Amino acid sequence: MPTDHPRAVVIGANRIPFAKAGGAYRSAADKDMLTATIDGLVARFGLAGEQLDDVAAGAVLKHPRDFNLTRESVLGSALDHSTPAYDVQRACATGLEAIVGVANKIALGQAEVGIGGGVDSASDAPIVVSERLRTTLLALNRARTAKQRVALVARIRPADLVPVAPDVAEPRTGLSMGEHQALTTALWGITREAQDELALASHRNLAAAYERGFFDDLMTPYRKLTRDESLRPDTSPEKLAALKPVFGKDATVPATMTAGNSTPLSDGASAVLLASADWADRRGYAPLATVVDAATASVDFPSGREGLLMGGAYAVPRLLDRNGLTLDDFDFIEIHEAFASTVLATLAALADDDFARTRLRREHAVGEVDRARLNVTGSSLAAGHPFAATGGRIVGTLAKLLHERGQSRHRAGAPALGLISVCAAGGQATAMILEAV
Amino acid sequence: MSDKYIDFVSDGFGKTLADRLGLPKPVTLRRHAGPGTPLVTGPVLVVSDESSRTDADAVARAMLPWGLDVRRDTHLAEDARWGAVVVVLTGITHPRDLAAPVLELGSTLRRLGRSGRVVTISRPAVGGPPAPEVTAARNGVDGFLRSLAKELRSGATGNGIVLADGVGVVTPSALGTLRFLLSARSAFVDGQPLLVTGPGAEDPSWDHPLQGRVAVVTGAARGIGAEIARVLHRDGATVVGVDVPAAGDSLAAVMNGARGTALQLDITAPDAAERIHAHAVARHGGLDIVVHNAGILRDKLLANMTPDRWNDLIAVNIAAPLTMNRTFVELGRAGGLGPAPRLVALASTSGIAGNRGQTNYGAAKAGIIGMTRALAPTLAELGGTANAVAPGFIETEMTSRIPPVTREVARRLNSLQQGGLPVDVAEAIAFLCSPAAGGVNGQVLRVCGQSMVGQ
Repeated sequence: MPTDHPRAVVIGANRIPFAKAGGAYRSAADKDMLTATIDGLVARFGLAGEQLDDVAAGAVLKHPRDFNLTRESVLGSALDHSTPAYDVQRACATGLEAIVGVANKIALGQAEVGIGGGVDSASDAPIVVSERLRTTLLALNRARTAKQRVALVARIRPADLVPVAPDVAEPRTGLSMGEHQALTTALWGITREAQDELALASHRNLAAAYERGFFDDLMTPYRKLTRDESLRPDTSPEKLAALKPVFGKDATVPATMTAGNSTPLSDGASAVLLASADWADRRGYAPLATVVDAATASVDFPSGREGLLMGGAYAVPRLLDRNGLTLDDFDFIEIHEAFASTVLATLAALADDDFARTRLRREHAVGEVDRARLNVTGSSLAAGHPFAATGGRIVGTLAKLLHERGQSRHRAGAPALGLISVCAAGGQATAMILEAV
Repeated sequence: MSDKYIDFVSDGFGKTLADRLGLPKPVTLRRHAGPGTPLVTGPVLVVSDESSRTDADAVARAMLPWGLDVRRDTHLAEDARWGAVVVVLTGITHPRDLAAPVLELGSTLRRLGRSGRVVTISRPAVGGPPAPEVTAARNGVDGFLRSLAKELRSGATGNGIVLADGVGVVTPSALGTLRFLLSARSAFVDGQPLLVTGPGAEDPSWDHPLQGRVAVVTGAARGIGAEIARVLHRDGATVVGVDVPAAGDSLAAVMNGARGTALQLDITAPDAAERIHAHAVARHGGLDIVVHNAGILRDKLLANMTPDRWNDLIAVNIAAPLTMNRTFVELGRAGGLGPAPRLVALASTSGIAGNRGQTNYGAAKAGIIGMTRALAPTLAELGGTANAVAPGFIETEMTSRIPPVTREVARRLNSLQQGGLPVDVAEAIAFLCSPAAGGVNGQVLRVCGQSMVGQ
C-alpha cells in the first residue's frame, strides 16, 4: 500500500445531536444545520475569522436551491468568507466521501487544512411535483403569448397537482431500501433475535458513551437538543421483541425487520477538521488519528446477484488486502447500522468461506469480527442516520476512540487501528482505516 | 431588557412630569465604545489640601499624557462643564484638613458634566499612623465619599482610591485605578473606595491592556459571562470560554464572536481546572487569567429549601471555584501560570447585604469574598492578584424574568437609579486583570451604582 506519502490527520470533529424526522429540527434547513455544525467546530478549535483551504460536504436529500450548499454554509459561518467549499454526493457515503476528498487533498499537498462533513434532513425533504405539471410549467415559462399561456394552464388537471413524495426506493428495482435489505436478511438467515440484540447493544453503548461525557467535545447542542432524539437508554429485549415487522412481509420466510432494528429517518449534520500533521503541529493541535486509506466498492444489485447494502463485504477486504491487515488487527470496527441485519449480513459474509471463494476470489473467509470491538459507542440504530451526516459522526467518534486507546491491544508496539464501513444506495459502500495518534 | 423609564424621563412630557413629581431621573450612562472613546467629557480639575499639594501636582502632571485638559483652579469658561474632579487628600492629618478641598469641590458640582467623575485619592485609616486624628481624617474620607456619591446626578459617579502608605500616587497601580475610575469603563461603579496596596505594572496600552494574555471565563455562554469574554478579547486577551456541554451552541456563537475557543466542560468535574489549563496551554500557549463567572440560581425561602437546591448551588457557585483555584495555585507554584496571574471571581451584592429567598446564593457569594481574601497573599507570592467583583442589579436575561414591579423597584435602588449592564461588570473585571491593577489584591469591587443596600 502507498505509505510513503504524507497523510491527513483528524484534529477533531463536531456534530449536532441527531433528531428524529419531524422532531426537534423539523423547521431547520440543511444549510442551518450545517452552518451550526461548522460554527461549533470553529469555536472548539478557535478558527473564527480564519481561511481554511477547503470545505467539502453534501446532502443526500437536497433541494435544487441548495446547489452550493456547502459554500453557502461556509458563508453563513464564522469562517473567513474566502474559504472555498464544494458539494459532494455519494448517497449515504456522502459524508465519508467528503472526508476522503479533503484528506486526499491534504495528503497530496493541495491543502493544509480543511473540513469534511455532511448534513441531511428527512423533515425538510424536497417535494417533487408530478412530471406532467413540471413539463407544463416549463412550457409555460417558454410561452410567449397570453393565448399560449391560457392553453397551457388549461391543460393542468387536479391530479397533476398532487406532489410526489420523496422516497428511498432504488430507481432500477423500485424496491425500498428496507425491502432490499429484507431479501438479504432472508438470504443470510439473519434472525430477529440477533437483530434485536444488535439494536439493544447500539442503544446501550451510545447511552453509556453519553454518560461518561464521551461526546462533550464531539457535539454542540442545537435547537434545545443535547442528545440524539432516537436514543432509548431504557429499551429492553422485551420492548424490541414486541415491535411488528415492517419490511419483508411479502417474503416466504417470516419477516424480522422492525422499526426497532432499522434506522429511523433523521435530521442532523456533522463535520470533521482535517489537516496535515505539520499544520497541526505548527498550530499546537494534538491530532486524534491519521487517515490511512479508504476504498469504495459497488455491487451488482439490480440483477439480484448481490444485496443492495452488501458493498461493505467487498470494500473491506479490498482495503485490508492492500494495507496488509486482517480484521483482527483493528481495535475498533465501525459498521454503519443502516439496519441491524445489514451489519449482521456483512459480518456473516466476511466470515463465510463460500462467499470468499465465489464473490471475492479468495481462498478463505476474510475473518470474524470480534463483537466487543464493534460499534462500541453505538451507531446509527441508536443515534439515528441523517444520511450524509453519518460519515462525519463515525470518523469523529472513531478518531477519539483511537486517541483514547493509543497503543493497539492487538498489534504489539503499534498504534491502535480503526476500520469504518458505510453502505450506501446504488449498491455502494465506502470503507476507511484510521490509525491512532 | 431595555429601561423604558430612562427614555420616558429623558425628554418631553416624561421629563416635565418627573421634575414636577420629584421622580428619579436616571440618564443613559456614558460607556466605553472601544479605542478612541474620550477618557472624560471635559476638563479635569485637581484639588487638594495644603499638605497634599506635592502629590496633587504629581497626579496632575501624570494625567497630561492621557490627553486631558488638567486644571488646578476652578475657573471655567461660561458654557463649559467639568469632566472630572480629582481630590487629593493623601496628606491629611486631621478632619479639619478636609474643609478647603471639599468645599472647592462643592463649588464645581453644579457644573459637573453628564457622567462626570469625582475621584478622591487618600490613605487608608487602618495600618497608617496610629494617631486618632490621622485615623479620623482618613476614615472621614470614606464617609464623605459615600455621601457625596449619593448627591451626584446625571450619571456622575464618586469613587475613591485608597493608597496604602508607601505606595506612591504616580505608581502604575494608582494611576491605572485613577484612569479606570475617570473613564467610561467604570460607568456603574459608584460610591466605592478601592484599596491599592502595591505598585502594579504599566499597561502595554490603554486600548489593549491585556495584549498577550490568555484568559479563561467560566459560564461564558450567555449573559455577563459572554460579555466578559467579549470585553477581555476587546482589551487584547485571547479568551477560552467554558460552559456546560448543554450550552455549547450559545458558547460557540460567543466564542466565535470573541475569536477565542469554546471548551464544553462542567466545572464541577474534579479535573475541570486541569482540563482548562491543558486546553489553554495547548491552544494558546499559557494561562494568565481565570474569571470564575459560572453560577446558578436556586432561589427558595429557607423554610422551603430542598437539599438538592441547596447542594447544587453550593457545588457550582463556590465549591467548584475553590477546587479549581487549588489546582491553579498548584500549577502556578510549578510555573504553569503566567508571570502575573489574575484570579477574579464573581460575588454579588446578595452576598454582602443578603437577599430574601437567596440563603444558598448569599452563602456561596459571601464564600467567594472569603475565598478571594484568603487567596490574595498566595497570589501575591505568585506575582499576581485575586479579586472579586460584586454586581448589583444588572440587566440580563435572568433579571428580566423578575416580576415587573419588583424589577422596577430593584432597578432604582441605587445612586444611578438604574440597572447596570453586563458590560459594566465585564469592564471592572478587565480592569482587575490589567497589569496596572497589579496593586489591587484581595479586594471586592462592587459594580452596583452604589446600591442602597450593603456596605
